[in-house]
Amino acid sequence: MEGSATAALEARGLVKRYGDREALRGVDFAADRGELLALIGPNGAGKTTLLSILAGISRPDEGKVHLPRGEVGWVPQQAALYRRLTVEENLLLFARLEKHEDPRASVEEMLELTGLGDRRQEIVARLSGGNQQRINIAIGLLSRPVALLLDEPSVGLDPRQRARLWEFVAVLAATGTTVIFSTHDIQEAERYGQRLLVLADGEDLFQGTPEALRNAVRREAPEAANSDFETAFVAYLHHRGH
Amino acid sequence: MRWLLLKDLQILRRSPLQAFLLIAYPVLLAILVGFAISRDPAKPRVAFLNEVPSGARVSVGQAELPSVNVDQRICQRVECVHVSNRDEAEEKVRSGDVLAALVLPADLVDQINSLSTPTPGTPKVEVIVNEEDPVKAQLVDDRISSLLAQANLVIARRIANEGGKFLNLILNGGSFEVIGQSVEILGLQSSAQILQVLRRSLPPPDRESLDQVIRFTILARNNLDVGAVLISRLTQPIAVDKQVVSEPTPPLDIFAIAVAATLTLTFVTVLLVAGSLALEREENAFSRLTRGLVSRAALLAEKIGLGMAIGLVVTLLMLAGVQLFVSLEWSRFGLWLVAILAGAGGLAAAGAALGAAAREVRAVSLLAFMVSLPIALLSLVPSGAVGPALYDAIEVITALFPIKPTLDAMTAALNPAGPGMAGPLLHLAALIVGYGLIARFALRRFTAV
Repeated sequence: MEGSATAALEARGLVKRYGDREALRGVDFAADRGELLALIGPNGAGKTTLLSILAGISRPDEGKVHLPRGEVGWVPQQAALYRRLTVEENLLLFARLEKHEDPRASVEEMLELTGLGDRRQEIVARLSGGNQQRINIAIGLLSRPVALLLDEPSVGLDPRQRARLWEFVAVLAATGTTVIFSTHDIQEAERYGQRLLVLADGEDLFQGTPEALRNAVRREAPEAANSDFETAFVAYLHHRGH
Repeated sequence: MRWLLLKDLQILRRSPLQAFLLIAYPVLLAILVGFAISRDPAKPRVAFLNEVPSGARVSVGQAELPSVNVDQRICQRVECVHVSNRDEAEEKVRSGDVLAALVLPADLVDQINSLSTPTPGTPKVEVIVNEEDPVKAQLVDDRISSLLAQANLVIARRIANEGGKFLNLILNGGSFEVIGQSVEILGLQSSAQILQVLRRSLPPPDRESLDQVIRFTILARNNLDVGAVLISRLTQPIAVDKQVVSEPTPPLDIFAIAVAATLTLTFVTVLLVAGSLALEREENAFSRLTRGLVSRAALLAEKIGLGMAIGLVVTLLMLAGVQLFVSLEWSRFGLWLVAILAGAGGLAAAGAALGAAAREVRAVSLLAFMVSLPIALLSLVPSGAVGPALYDAIEVITALFPIKPTLDAMTAALNPAGPGMAGPLLHLAALIVGYGLIARFALRRFTAV
């Protein structure tokens, strides 16, 4: 199928079934270049399933993913790197596997981007969770993707590490990388997501800005209109039968 | 693939305990095997008390047999710990200082001598044992039975020998000692000759009676000749004629080295490959790698290659260690390489199948160990050691895992007089394909997010 001319990534009618259970029920969306799109929803909503299909790890039973150009970078929830190797060795390994012409130059570029140049010789297991996640994301960026998929990237990080992570992600988006991330933290989605995609039981409930979601809450669950964003979101889900 | 191999070697280098075990294991095994096959079997320690008066001799008829030097004969077969009384012997057995105690009572020779009297006694020796475990009990029983059989054989031979001398005396004549006096015996042969001479001087009517006596002496001499042979046969009436119907078995030291090399290869390769594959999942790297960077088949091939490379190095290290104790035929080095690589390939493929079956390295290591150890032990069970049905079952089980064919290939490679390697190599090739397919299929489970 043809995608929109401006979208960096587009999905149409994605359906995924595990036995009798439908994990995704016809999800449609598109993400533009340099956009930060947050996937939110309760447990079992289908966030990770959607990301794994977008990453090409699993295949949809129905529907298609359209990438106008370039690769999709995949950053799983748990850091997917070798903890007994150094920062540099991890980056070098994946740069070589990506068949970069000059893997060492790519490593330098990523060390610069992550700000971990002075810790290149450190064994990854000795790094903090936040720094491990930065390496994890940097490995995802080695494929020079047009879109980066982050599965709950801030889980297990303390507030300071979280702030550094989002600062790093914001820089990526500012340089034109489309970032699609899933999160359980509604405040985080409101703060860092330019657009939200709400999933519940595999169903696409809402797409739009955080402000548009607030407006939807005011319309559909006015009793929660003045509550904090998380309470309003829960009320919205309840009103929609989830 | 080479970058993944490099990565695995870097990880191995960063795991000091694992690297140490990979080197220490074959070295330790080499030392143990080397010592075991280069030394004589240890003699069991036995407390020995000989209460038989010195100078006591076993008698046959009126003659005394020469000394059989009991002390020396027994102490050649066991490590004798001489004790001064029965209590000391018992204490040594009780404390575990010795395996058993052997007491020769003072009346032993008298009892043996009574066997040729109208009132024969029962010669006995006393054995004190501490059967604290069944293996030890079996060992002691076997040693005692063996010693007793040999003692009886020595006595029987001496008696047969003396009996043969008496028969010879009756046949050919001579002298023997009775109560310090020498007695001359004429013998059947001389008697017959004398009678032949006498016969000529007798009138013909009287010769018939003398002819009867002459015939008797000739007949007696001929039959007693046979008797001497029969008496000597009594000491060992049944001789063993051993016919080997199987292919020639390898010398014990070659077989021991093949077993050690196979065990080294098994544990190093299976554990390494299974753990290394499980690590890809534990580190969450599998999904990232197989998203277009490396195919699943290539990842499997890399792990099997890693196992073969490390298995080869470690096994050669072990063989080099064994060389310090036993001379190996290095001219067969090419065959060793073929056997080791084929065995390592089969074991690595099996390790990959196990590694794909569990999520964590620790669980995989435990699983690999629990599978490998019993099959390694079953692979050493010889035919005839268990019932036919059980042995058939063992053969089927061991044929499904690469340890037995690896052992066969290693034995063939090490033994110049052994059978060819074609059978085990074909068997291993089939197992590599089989386990490779199982591993490839099992890797699908790794994809689940």
